[in-house]
Amino acid sequence: MKHRTFFWFFLPTGLAMLLFIAAPLVSIISQSLYAPHEAVFVTVENCGPFGCKQETTIDQEATAAIREAKPGGRFVGLDVYLDRGHLAIAEIGEAWRSSTSIGAFFDTVYNLPFYRALAFTLTYTFVCTPLLIGLGFVIAISVNALHRHLKGLVIFFSLLPMIVTPLVGSLILFWMIDSRGVLGNFLQYLTGDPDLSLKASSPLMWVSLIIYGIWSSAPFAFVVFYAGLQTVPKDTLEAAQIDGATRWQQIRFVTIPHLMPLVTFVALIQLMDNYRVFEPIVGFNAEAHATSLSWIIFNDLGGETQQLSAAATTSVLTILGIAVLLTPVLIRTWRDFQGRS
Amino acid sequence: MLLNKLALAGGMALLTSTAVGACEINARVNIVGNEFPAIQTVGAGAAECSGGDVSSNLTADHQKINLAGMQGNPAEYTSAIIANSSIVALMNEDVIRPLGDLVDAHGAGLKKNQLITINGEVMAVAFMANAQHLVYRKDVLDAIGVAPPKTYEELLSAAKMIREKGLMENPVGGAYKAGWNLAQEFNNMFMGFGGEHFKAGTAQPSVNSEAGVKALEMMKELSAYMNPDFLTHDSNATNAEYRAGNVALMNMWGSRAATLVEADGVPQEVVDGFAIAGPMTVGGGSIPASTLWWDGWTVAKNVSDEEAAATFKAMTHAIRPAILDDAEIATQAVWLIDGYNPTPAAEGVFAAAQSQTIPYPMLPFMGLMHTALGAELTDFMQGKESAEQALKDVEAAYTAAAKEKGFL
Repeated sequence: MKHRTFFWFFLPTGLAMLLFIAAPLVSIISQSLYAPHEAVFVTVENCGPFGCKQETTIDQEATAAIREAKPGGRFVGLDVYLDRGHLAIAEIGEAWRSSTSIGAFFDTVYNLPFYRALAFTLTYTFVCTPLLIGLGFVIAISVNALHRHLKGLVIFFSLLPMIVTPLVGSLILFWMIDSRGVLGNFLQYLTGDPDLSLKASSPLMWVSLIIYGIWSSAPFAFVVFYAGLQTVPKDTLEAAQIDGATRWQQIRFVTIPHLMPLVTFVALIQLMDNYRVFEPIVGFNAEAHATSLSWIIFNDLGGETQQLSAAATTSVLTILGIAVLLTPVLIRTWRDFQGRS
Repeated sequence: MLLNKLALAGGMALLTSTAVGACEINARVNIVGNEFPAIQTVGAGAAECSGGDVSSNLTADHQKINLAGMQGNPAEYTSAIIANSSIVALMNEDVIRPLGDLVDAHGAGLKKNQLITINGEVMAVAFMANAQHLVYRKDVLDAIGVAPPKTYEELLSAAKMIREKGLMENPVGGAYKAGWNLAQEFNNMFMGFGGEHFKAGTAQPSVNSEAGVKALEMMKELSAYMNPDFLTHDSNATNAEYRAGNVALMNMWGSRAATLVEADGVPQEVVDGFAIAGPMTVGGGSIPASTLWWDGWTVAKNVSDEEAAATFKAMTHAIRPAILDDAEIATQAVWLIDGYNPTPAAEGVFAAAQSQTIPYPMLPFMGLMHTALGAELTDFMQGKESAEQALKDVEAAYTAAAKEKGFL
C-alpha cells in the first residue's frame, strides 16, 4: 500500500484512537498529579430542628476565589501515588524496618488497601485464566464429539453464562450461596457444619468469586476453541488414527498444537478481562473480603466524598499493571509473527 | 338518575378537594433521594403538581449519584433529598442554592425549625427526624422473662439467654454491611462511649482512643449473636431477617419501624410481638449510643430560577400539613410538619431526641471519616486484627484522603 493511501485509510482510526484512548490517558495522568485546593474553613452557626451549634464549614467564597485563580487544582506531583491509599512508600519502608519477620512484613503490606486489591486482582487473573481456558477447551472437545442434532441445543446452554449480565449473574449466585440459600444450605448439609457461611469467610469468598469468574468466562473460550476445532485438518487426524494414536494422543499431538494461536488469543483477552474484575465484587457484596483495582476506582469515584485524584492515580497504576501483565504474551505473539515471515 | 346525580356530586366534591391542595408549576422538577417509605411519599407528593414535568429517582444509591447529578450546568436533578450527613457533600462542592427568597415567596406553611440555616442562610428544608433505636420481639423477651434492654450490656445478656434457651440461634440483628452501614454503627457506639471523631476545632482524627476501642469491642461481642453473614447485611437485609422471625433484638432506623411488619408473608407471631423502644446506652454512659438525624430537601444551584421556584413549590406541596390526614402516611416518620401528632411508631425517635442523643455531625470532613471507617473496620470484625490496629488504619486512611482533598 502506498504511504499516501495508507495515511487516508488509517486517518479515521487514528483520530478515534487519539480521541478515545490518548486524550483520556492524558486526562487521567494529569488528574493524578493534581489535587483539589486546600479548603478554607470558617466556623459558623448552623441551625436546624435540634437547635443551633457552632460548626466548621468550608468558606465557599474564599475557596471559589482560589479555584478561579488556579482552575486546575493544586500540583502535588507524585504525592498521591506515594500516599497510603496507593503505593504507600512510607508505610512499606516503616514495615520493612520494624517487622520482625518476613511474614509480619507481608501482613503489614497486605493491610494496605492498594496491595490488598492487587493481591486479589492478580490471584483472580492467574487462577481464572488458565482454568477457564482448560474448561472451555474441554467443553469444546465434548460438544464437537456430540451428534449434530444435539449440538445446537448444547451450544446454546453452554453460552448462557456469558449472555447473562455479570452483575445479574453474580447477584443470582450471591443469593444461592447465602447461608439460607439453595447452594449454601446444600454445602452445610454436605459438610455437616450448620454454621458454614461462604459470605463470612475470606478464603471461601475468594473461591466463590473465582468459580464465578471461570463459570462466566469459560463460554468465551469454548466458542473460540469450537470454531478452531472446525479447522483441524482431517487428513492429519486420519493419518494419526491409522498410525494407531489413541483419542488422547490425537488431541495432544494434533488438536492442541493446531489451536495454540487461539490459546494465545484467548489468554490475551481474558488476562485483560479478568484483571479488571469488578462486577462480581459488587454483586457478591464482597468488599469486606476481596477488593480489586477497578473496585477501588469505583469506590473513590462514587459516594459523596469524590476522590478524583485518588481514582485517577489508581487508574494509571492499573494501566501500568496491565502493560506489565500483557508484555510476555505480546512478546510471544511478536516472536510467532517474526518466525512466520 | 339518582345514581347519576350522586356520581356528579361526588365528582364535584373530588374536584373541589383537589383544588384546595392544588400545586401549579411551570418548569421541570427532578428529585433524587433515598427510597424508604416517607421519602416515597414526598416523591409522590411532588408528582401531584401539574404544569411541569416532575420525575424522581429514589434509590438506596442516592449518595453515589446526587453530587454528580447536580454538578452539571444545568443540573440533572433540581432537588436532592438529603440528611444532616449528606448535605455537607453538596455544600462542600457548592451545588445547592440558598433558599431565603424562595421561603419568603412560597414557604408560608413552613415552620421555623424546619429551616436548616447555615451561617444565616437557609440551605435546606427538613421534613422528618430520624434515629436508630431498639426494635425487639416482645413475645421472645417475655418468654425469657426479661424487660426490654436499656443498655447494650442488657441486650447482650438477653441475647445470651435467648440462644441458651434455644429460641433463636442468632437473636441480634445489625446493619453491619461493610461500608457506610458498618461505619454508622461504629459512630453510634463511639458517641455512646463519649468519643469525638476529631480533635476539637480541627480536621485531625481522634478515633484511635479508648472510646474507639471500647466501641469496637462491643460491636464484636454483638456480632457473635448475629447471622454470620452480617458483613453483607444492610438495613434492608436486617429487616428481612427480623421479618423472617430470625431476630429478636436490633438497632434499627425509626423511618423503617412503622412499615417493618407490614410486608407480605410475615409470620403472625412476628407481627404480634413487634415492639420498639428508645435507643440504648452503653458502657454506663448517659447519652444514647445513637445519632440524631433530620431528612430534608435542597434545591440545586445550577438550574434556572423557574426550575428552582417550581422545585421549591412542588417539594413544599409534598410536605404540606394536609398529607398527615392519611393515617398511613402519618405513621411513616416523625414528621417535622405542622400538626403532626406522634404515633406509637414514633416512640423510639422521640425517646432519642428527648434523651440528648447527639445529632450526626455536619462537618466537611465527616464524610471522609465515615468512608475510612467503613473500609478499615472489616478486618477487626472478622478477627483478623486488633481494635487498636483497625483504628490506626482508619486514621491513616482518613489522613491520606483528607490530605488529598486539601482538608489537612
